[in-house]
Amino acid sequence: MRRAAIVAVAMLLALAAAVFALNLRDESPLVPDAAAPTAAQVARGAYLARAGNCQGCHTERGGAPYAGGRGIATPFGTVYAPNLTPHPEHGLGRWTMAQFWRAMHNGRSADGRLLYPAFPYTELTRITRADSDALFAYLRSLPPSATPNRPHALGFPYNTQAALAVWRAAFFRPGQARHDAARTPAWNRGAYLVEGLGHCNACHSSRNALGASSGSALGGGLIPIQNWYAPSLSDADEAGVAGWPLPEIVALLHSGVAPGGRVTGPMAEVVGGSLSHLEPDDLIAMATYLKELPRETAEVPPPAAPIVPAALEQGEKLYRRHCVDCHGAQGEGAAPAYPALAGNRAVTMGSAANLVHIVLEGGFGPATADNPRPYGMPPFAIELSDAELASVLSYVRGAWGNRGTEVSPLDVTRLRNGR
Amino acid sequence: MRRRLCLFLLLAAGWAALPAAAAPPVVPDTLAQRLLACTGCHGPQGRAARFPRISLLAGKPADYLFHQLQGFRDGRRQYALMTGLLDPLSDAYLREIAEHFASLDLPYAPVPPQPALPVAVAQRGAQLVREGDAARRLPACTQCHGSALTGVAPAIPGLLGLPRDYLVAQLGAWRTGTRRALAPDCMAHVARALSDDDVGVLAQWLAAQPVPQPAHPAQALPAPLPMECGGVPGGVAR
Repeated sequence: MRRAAIVAVAMLLALAAAVFALNLRDESPLVPDAAAPTAAQVARGAYLARAGNCQGCHTERGGAPYAGGRGIATPFGTVYAPNLTPHPEHGLGRWTMAQFWRAMHNGRSADGRLLYPAFPYTELTRITRADSDALFAYLRSLPPSATPNRPHALGFPYNTQAALAVWRAAFFRPGQARHDAARTPAWNRGAYLVEGLGHCNACHSSRNALGASSGSALGGGLIPIQNWYAPSLSDADEAGVAGWPLPEIVALLHSGVAPGGRVTGPMAEVVGGSLSHLEPDDLIAMATYLKELPRETAEVPPPAAPIVPAALEQGEKLYRRHCVDCHGAQGEGAAPAYPALAGNRAVTMGSAANLVHIVLEGGFGPATADNPRPYGMPPFAIELSDAELASVLSYVRGAWGNRGTEVSPLDVTRLRNGR
Repeated sequence: MRRRLCLFLLLAAGWAALPAAAAPPVVPDTLAQRLLACTGCHGPQGRAARFPRISLLAGKPADYLFHQLQGFRDGRRQYALMTGLLDPLSDAYLREIAEHFASLDLPYAPVPPQPALPVAVAQRGAQLVREGDAARRLPACTQCHGSALTGVAPAIPGLLGLPRDYLVAQLGAWRTGTRRALAPDCMAHVARALSDDDVGVLAQWLAAQPVPQPAHPAQALPAPLPMECGGVPGGVAR
């Protein structure tokens, strides 16, 4: 009995030591800053911050740029993005380049605390030291903001460093940029931007019960809490672009609209805040990488559940009343203003979450240099009940040769109430 | 760099044009067409709200509309549907949207005949609107919103032709800070000086007034504003 207790304690200690050691992997010594940042570093850092869409989380709606405050809702509670301006007390004013690198590469803060992976260091770990230094130089050039950081609102045990250490031991490993000599420089650059700085996988992959990215890279997943579905970038039935001409992929990333699709919801924010500002060569690189992603199709094609005729009849009636003017009697749309619904994979894809969001909330594409006045879709949240919305979507998913599955009123109720 | 992208986009356009089987229907290249997302709720041409708490847009002063659009996008006003719609739009587009709706010169829908206001409401309402309450340092509505209450170009809105529910909701939101204007937020001062009872009386009184035809905003106020107001030309001492 006593011996068993000793063994158990010893095992626990060994486990704790292993977790501790795994959390220190690939950490560099914290050397003081050697030189002041150069103007070229600052300019480069400003561009890289765009490419990483850092301000998307680190700026509150209407707040000072990079002063933090925006809450990122997760199934474990809300994590608030901190102030990145060089304020000595509330921002990065007392940080060194080496500490910043440790945050980006190892997910550890200047004071040694482990950071929550809502900050996507799980992807950013792949950026180069030079890019990290440039980002830091840029952030140090911003006007300091005295906005205090908001404490995260997380429940036990997620609010403990011990839980975070265990999570990191299991799911995080510091990485580096891939270099594949057999591929073109454009592909390698694209991989760097997509897998690292752009942290596309943070949304475009499924997450396990503990919130770690799981499943295949860029294989698509429901964004927790927001409940928008970030489609697979490798699946031709979702948002895979292997079959698209390269210039169209570039156009989608740069302007938000392309002949084969358009961005909406959270991706509209990414295009507007980040991708539409990138240099053409970088967009071509990302497009090259995305086009060559290994093709994948959903393991089990969803069975085409028959859509009940009553729903179809009501759905068609509602379609003729509310949708037909823009999307056409045969779902043909009116390019480039209004997308076709017939043969549109965003309509027929397994998850109908985005369709429900779009009809409930309406929306504009991002206003970009190439598309400064996007056409808008009206919201129907006030006008249509859950049952009506479900029937019009079921109709659209089954009409004109579309082979999508039925949308139930319960699906709509859940998304309308944010569950 | 830029030229290379242009070339790519041109090629993309060319590729897209090739397999065109039937000519797609022509969508009018107008703001009215682009802004059907707005008129679904705000009524055809933004002329009259279809729902009691949604305001009308047509003919409101352009800067006022622009500030409200920015406010929804930037968190000074709280309504998730509006914030979501405006989130991906630029200041330049918001400005065009504001000017589009401001330029529509449409007659207001007549206020439907209503039972006469109780005498107490009629008196108290008229007094607050036209004289304010000096004891509480409450300015008259007309001091800022114009003697006809049809607003003042380019940044002060009119107060007539608005549903009573909408007025109650907005004054309430100002008092609790969920609706804010550009700083210094004069309307927040005024709303916080009002009592619950005042809010009810004002909303009831304003919603019952006939709207003059045409209801154009005044071009200028006869006297300076009674307090500092952000976003209003001459509203902030420099």
